[in-house]
Amino acid sequence: MRTAATTLEAPNKARARRQALALVFGCTILGAAAQILMKTGANHTAQAGVMAMIVSLPLLSGYALYGLSTLLLVLALREGELSLLYPVIALTYVWVTVLSVVIFHDRLNPFKLIGIVIVVTGVAVLGGARE
Amino acid sequence: MTTPPGSILLVLVASFIGSFGAVFLKVGAGRLKHGLWHILNVNLALGVAFFLLSSVFFVLGIRHGELSVLYPMVALGYVWTLFWSRLFFHEPLTHQKFVGLGLILVGVFFVGLGSQ
Repeated sequence: MRTAATTLEAPNKARARRQALALVFGCTILGAAAQILMKTGANHTAQAGVMAMIVSLPLLSGYALYGLSTLLLVLALREGELSLLYPVIALTYVWVTVLSVVIFHDRLNPFKLIGIVIVVTGVAVLGGARE
Repeated sequence: MTTPPGSILLVLVASFIGSFGAVFLKVGAGRLKHGLWHILNVNLALGVAFFLLSSVFFVLGIRHGELSVLYPMVALGYVWTLFWSRLFFHEPLTHQKFVGLGLILVGVFFVGLGSQ
């Protein structure tokens, strides 16, 4: 009985883990898009003044998207193992850097690249730590 | 475009304030075990309030300068959170957490060097 139960349960568990991973991956892209929208809104207010923050559409959409990605992340974290999902969460730093270069024409240099790689590794290591 | 030190400081303040948000959410989430209607508790509200306040500082911080420099600085929030976890929840500061913390600090330092 026990072996039958475990063989039945194993594919379900694997599928739940894959779904959690896919959900977290989606969250990193949503989260990065939110940062880009917030930066776009913030750039506008740099010219229009701080009060323009309250009515900035990109900023508000950025907030909404950030809220959505956080909510989905919490859902995914309930299902999957944190140590497995954290390295995926750290991908947000990669997406934000890539999008900053593509959309805002930020310049990349070796310091930034090395820094990002080390930060991502650090977040992954931190998330993998067990109590 | 260069990133002004003031912008970096604002993002650092945002990460610091945000880390308190996580502490209050943790306390509030613990109360949820006693029933879902506890979702309306002071700690969860404070947690959300700290996150919102933190986001205001973050947006002020990214008004000038490069997102590719400023966004990675948000990772410092993990460092503060590690300290609060030790202080308030007595979570052990393991070897692995220490390594992660060190890597984040070094990484943020390098990103800062890249801002010029």
